[in-house]
Amino acid sequence: MTVSEFFHAGGYGFYLWGSFGMTLLLMAGEVIAVKNQRRTILKRLRRMMRLNAAEVDE
Amino acid sequence: MSINWFKYSSPATFYPLAGKLVPWFAWLTAILTLAGLYWGFFQTPDVLSEQKEYYRIIFIHVPAAWMSMWLYFVLVCWALAGLVFNTRLSYMMAAAIAPTGAIATFIALWTGAFWGKTSWGTWWDWDPRMTSELILLFLYVGYMALQSAIDDPRRADRASALLAIVGLVCVPVIFWSVNCPDPTQCAALHQRSGTGKMESNILIAMLVMVFAFWMYAFAVILMRVRNIILERERHATWVNELLETEK
Repeated sequence: MTVSEFFHAGGYGFYLWGSFGMTLLLMAGEVIAVKNQRRTILKRLRRMMRLNAAEVDE
Repeated sequence: MSINWFKYSSPATFYPLAGKLVPWFAWLTAILTLAGLYWGFFQTPDVLSEQKEYYRIIFIHVPAAWMSMWLYFVLVCWALAGLVFNTRLSYMMAAAIAPTGAIATFIALWTGAFWGKTSWGTWWDWDPRMTSELILLFLYVGYMALQSAIDDPRRADRASALLAIVGLVCVPVIFWSVNCPDPTQCAALHQRSGTGKMESNILIAMLVMVFAFWMYAFAVILMRVRNIILERERHATWVNELLETEK
């Protein structure tokens, strides 16, 4: 089986890879979104912590 | 030996535990996905009697559909635990499951549509199983919307928990509309999920993919619940200490 035969999937490539592609896209996207969310939260909480510390110093 | 389970119901102890578990689940996801797809694409026949190569969609369709229902059930269990024990972590777990459940539901619908187009010639039909799966998607979305619409987190938790519990009636409807108890009364669009007639290599690949999807769900849900814990426990001392040390 050649690579192009594999992706052609007997003429059903569009349906097969349309399904697998969307799944990969959503799952990878979900992981990236959760990681970004974590970075954003940490950044915001650290900024809040610094602001609080600054207030205490004054 | 008795384990104090309630120890891990505290966000402060669960947060590092979840962090330790995530890489394990991530590795298991990768290994199982590679194994399942290898088996599914290279150890299975290309053409079954009626179904051609597109049948390989089941390697993601079945795990996604299965997860969409189970995750909803687990979400409701956490919501119930939250209402009964009033534990914060239970509500956080329920909230962490919803987006992953919604994505699983969407994947089940999407891959089902591609399957439907090839084998029945239509992307969509208002047939009970598709309609009820679509309602499940709306339930997930509704749960998330309700939670973000109420400002007070405690009220938001309780209200959305109630919505989730009421919505649970949808899950058996989907299950029995797919696995129709009396086939003469259902349209024969969807195959029953019986494993008896399946070719054994296809069955193996499909089950491995089911486990892969589960491991993925565990990993991403634990990652998300850590975010939720940080967000909600931000006034706790341990979070402030963690902010200074953790990357």
